[in-house]
Amino acid sequence: MEGRPLKQALARAQSRAKRRALLLVVPLLLFIVVTFVAPIGQMLLRSVHNDAFARNMPNVGAWFAENDGAPDEAAYSALVADLRLARENRTAGEVGTRINYELGGTRSLFTSGARGADDLEPPFATSLVEDDAKWADPQLWQVMRTASHAYTASFYLAALDLTRDGDGNIVRVPEGRAVYLSLFAKTFALSALITAICLLLGYPVAHLLATLPLAKSNLLMILVLLPFWTSLLVRTTSWMVLLQEQGVINNTLVATGITDTRLPMIYNQTGTVIAMVHILLPFMILPLYSVMRPIRPHYVRAARSLGATSWTAFRRVYLPQTVPGIGAGALLVFILAVGYYITPALVGGASGQLISNLIAYHMQDSLNWSMAAALAAILLAAVLLLYWLYDRLIGIDNMKLG
Amino acid sequence: MALPIYASPLERIWYYAYRVICALIFLFLIAPILIVIPLSFNAEPYFTFTQKMLSLDPTGYSLRWYDTLLTFGMQAPDAPRDSSWWRDAWTNARWVGVAKNSVIVGVFSTIIATVLGTLAALGLSRPEMPFRRTIMAVLISPMIVPIIITATGLFFFYSSIQIREWGVPYLGVVLAHATLGIPFVIITVTATLVGFDHSLTRAAASLGANPRTVFRKVILPLILPGMISGALFAFVTSFDEVVVVMFIAGPEEQTIPRQMWNGIRESISPAILAVATILVVISVLLLAAVELLRRRSERLRGL
Repeated sequence: MEGRPLKQALARAQSRAKRRALLLVVPLLLFIVVTFVAPIGQMLLRSVHNDAFARNMPNVGAWFAENDGAPDEAAYSALVADLRLARENRTAGEVGTRINYELGGTRSLFTSGARGADDLEPPFATSLVEDDAKWADPQLWQVMRTASHAYTASFYLAALDLTRDGDGNIVRVPEGRAVYLSLFAKTFALSALITAICLLLGYPVAHLLATLPLAKSNLLMILVLLPFWTSLLVRTTSWMVLLQEQGVINNTLVATGITDTRLPMIYNQTGTVIAMVHILLPFMILPLYSVMRPIRPHYVRAARSLGATSWTAFRRVYLPQTVPGIGAGALLVFILAVGYYITPALVGGASGQLISNLIAYHMQDSLNWSMAAALAAILLAAVLLLYWLYDRLIGIDNMKLG
Repeated sequence: MALPIYASPLERIWYYAYRVICALIFLFLIAPILIVIPLSFNAEPYFTFTQKMLSLDPTGYSLRWYDTLLTFGMQAPDAPRDSSWWRDAWTNARWVGVAKNSVIVGVFSTIIATVLGTLAALGLSRPEMPFRRTIMAVLISPMIVPIIITATGLFFFYSSIQIREWGVPYLGVVLAHATLGIPFVIITVTATLVGFDHSLTRAAASLGANPRTVFRKVILPLILPGMISGALFAFVTSFDEVVVVMFIAGPEEQTIPRQMWNGIRESISPAILAVATILVVISVLLLAAVELLRRRSERLRGL
């Protein structure tokens, strides 16, 4: 091996080792990109891209591209030409649905407009408006102008309870129709509440498990791990059994005479919170436990021997050492709670729904898929921010299961 | 942590109060899971204990809901129970059908997740791995991203590539569940590789073993417990998953949780509790398996 400098040989060996390590990861990385990253990317694209109007209404789209300002006769004749086209291609419903997302009650305007378009005589500016006065609405024209671009931010605006008025300014939607911001706020507030309750319940249990001798704590640990391994639907079902009006808890309360009226504990926020605390509690206890176990009892004993009361010793000596566990558990529980779907859907009733349930509603019932995608994108951004924070503070490598 | 002899009366009270509080929290954790077991033997179609059940009268209990699980969806549920009855149950009973689907989807997605996840964990645990942190974050993200977002994305993606027309049954659900199970495999296998002594592989190589032998005889036995518990996690994840199935599975690809979901939403009957009981028993068995594996792994690695 003469002639080749050691440094070069080392660099070559290192890059070969690097390549070999990378080669092991590449298959999975490709798999995840295809089955996970690409679908989510496609969904994000859908939240800013909706060409139902742009594709089917080319003439009026061309007019929007050349003119700005109030619609003139040319605009109306382009619109009528497009409506005739829509009737021919049977796309009036699709177009109307797109406009209806942003301006309620306009779907039928387009379907009936397309039906009558063949009978209209010029000048269209008067004949179309005579047919239905709504065609003169400046806000309708504003919405059509926005929709004539396939790429749009209007679903994000709607997800933030904003809309465009007749002049194209961004304004808040009227009080009665604003739903999304308050739902986001409620989701975060409930998640924070659930995280707090989990911490309150998880801390003493984790502390007990960490201070008991290993044989005993392993036995008690099973009580924490069993819920963790039990099907989510099983746990949700059992809460329905326990909490419903004719359920075990209410029956017990009435039979023992504690209350006369049966408490409504399910199909509302209370039900969501109770069931979710139960489901997420192990995710709080496990990180807390793994931080508390290595803490040596000598520190607290030293503090006591120096005259601290047990409360002071806990507050000044023990608690600060468990902060990493509190951070890990709280972040994990919060991240999981923010995106929760199944439990609120089953036990939440009307008031216990979270943002995920609204995404599912737009996917399955209202079929406003772009809106679902926009809401999902906002939720995803929030979760990824928290995930990044988790990685920064705790490190993903330190995540443990059981 | 025993009570020290110098403890003040207040501390004594707190010591016992603390134990009581912890006992109550453990009760909160475990009671909801155990409560479904006796209720699933209810002779009446109620979700609560009847008078007969409370007085331990045998007529208050029955196996009728377990029987419903077999007969629901059968062509001739009232026929005499001979071999053709059982064949009917095996092919036509709704719950038997969804259980078969669950097992098929679970097994195949677990195999994919375990093979790919273990390879990746081996690569990730090498010190020379570039972009380690970023890649790890991407690979773990299916566990963190809300399931509704994953399901929504997959719904659009699969409908755009028309995956149902490919003629491979269960393909979409299996791939999706494999993705959801992968983070668990990576986490458990990486955990067994923490503190892995690389001189072991070098020693084997210096004694003449080729890389394949090194892997089979040295690395595999050490990571096997982690692999199996990761595989169990992945299987349970798939076995318990409902949202993705709801969004992308065809009518003949429904799984146990999906059927439970229907049962809970539409016609709730104690048959759901019978299913729940069976699932609880399965999770107890799985938990026991994982615990045994964890102890074995710790012993093997000398921790």
